[in-house]
Amino acid sequence: MLKIGSHEFKSRLLLGTGKYPDFDIQKKAVDVSETEILTFSVRRMNIFESSQPNFLEKLDTEKYTLLPNTAGAKTAEEAVRTAKLAKASGLCDMIKVEVIGCQKTLLPDPVETLKASEELLKEGFIVLPYTSDDVLLARRLEEMGCHAVMPGASPIGSGQGIINPLNLSFIIEQTSVPVIVDAGIGSPSDAAIAMEMGADGVLLNTAVSGAEDPVKMAEAMKLAIEAGRLGFEAGRIPKKRYATASSPMEGMSIG
Amino acid sequence: MELIVNGDKIEVPGSVSTVTNLLEHFDIDKKVVIVEVNGDILEKDNHQERKISDGDKIELVHFVGGG
Repeated sequence: MLKIGSHEFKSRLLLGTGKYPDFDIQKKAVDVSETEILTFSVRRMNIFESSQPNFLEKLDTEKYTLLPNTAGAKTAEEAVRTAKLAKASGLCDMIKVEVIGCQKTLLPDPVETLKASEELLKEGFIVLPYTSDDVLLARRLEEMGCHAVMPGASPIGSGQGIINPLNLSFIIEQTSVPVIVDAGIGSPSDAAIAMEMGADGVLLNTAVSGAEDPVKMAEAMKLAIEAGRLGFEAGRIPKKRYATASSPMEGMSIG
Repeated sequence: MELIVNGDKIEVPGSVSTVTNLLEHFDIDKKVVIVEVNGDILEKDNHQERKISDGDKIELVHFVGGG
């Protein structure tokens, strides 16, 4: 079970809801992924086209835990306001703190992320900050009381996978709150590797929504995350430089 | 009555006196919509009682797809 604050989840896949080709494909992808946590963004409503469908209306919101993000915020203050807006919906108590410090790389601003997380913890939110893969920052966030830390594997939407497995392993080893690898996952193998390394979950969006067949990719990600987790729990063999025979050397009928 | 809704100046009938009236006016009262009036974020239960008046700055936001 994945435990985040007062919530418990069977699935270790957190799925984003952005950029799908259409709602039908998205709904099918969400179903087959068996995710229990869906991320959303908070934006102004177009009041002149209010009849436009919204993905949230297509979901049984009882079945999913909503994880709104503070995407779009460049400062702690903006992130806190967005989080409070999200909570005022009455539909959620978790928040993905996302304070972007650089529009080209979309890497998080660590100082503003810390400030926003601190403030939101005081306000009683279950706080999951999206952070860079810095173990000291992750530890600071944990000490502050954050309910999980979500280091990026590589830049958002880049699909580059885990570009610094060493840094990620430091975070996994040195924090006791759940570590959810967020951003940069491109393929099922990337997700499996994160889980084999001991991550507690994976948050991804574009890897599924941007795949040629998002529904099939959603299933692939589900299986990869399950396989990776099982592999981690099973404990892999150490790597050796030379071969070790799997078949017995005794009783051979040759020579 | 003139309001500033999501950054735009908008004229609404004088009969719109509460946040609930405003949501009904825009036909979004059945939707998940979060309301901020002059910087105050409202809980859903307070939409009915919150009065609005000329010149108020109102933000109407909702959840959209995002990662």
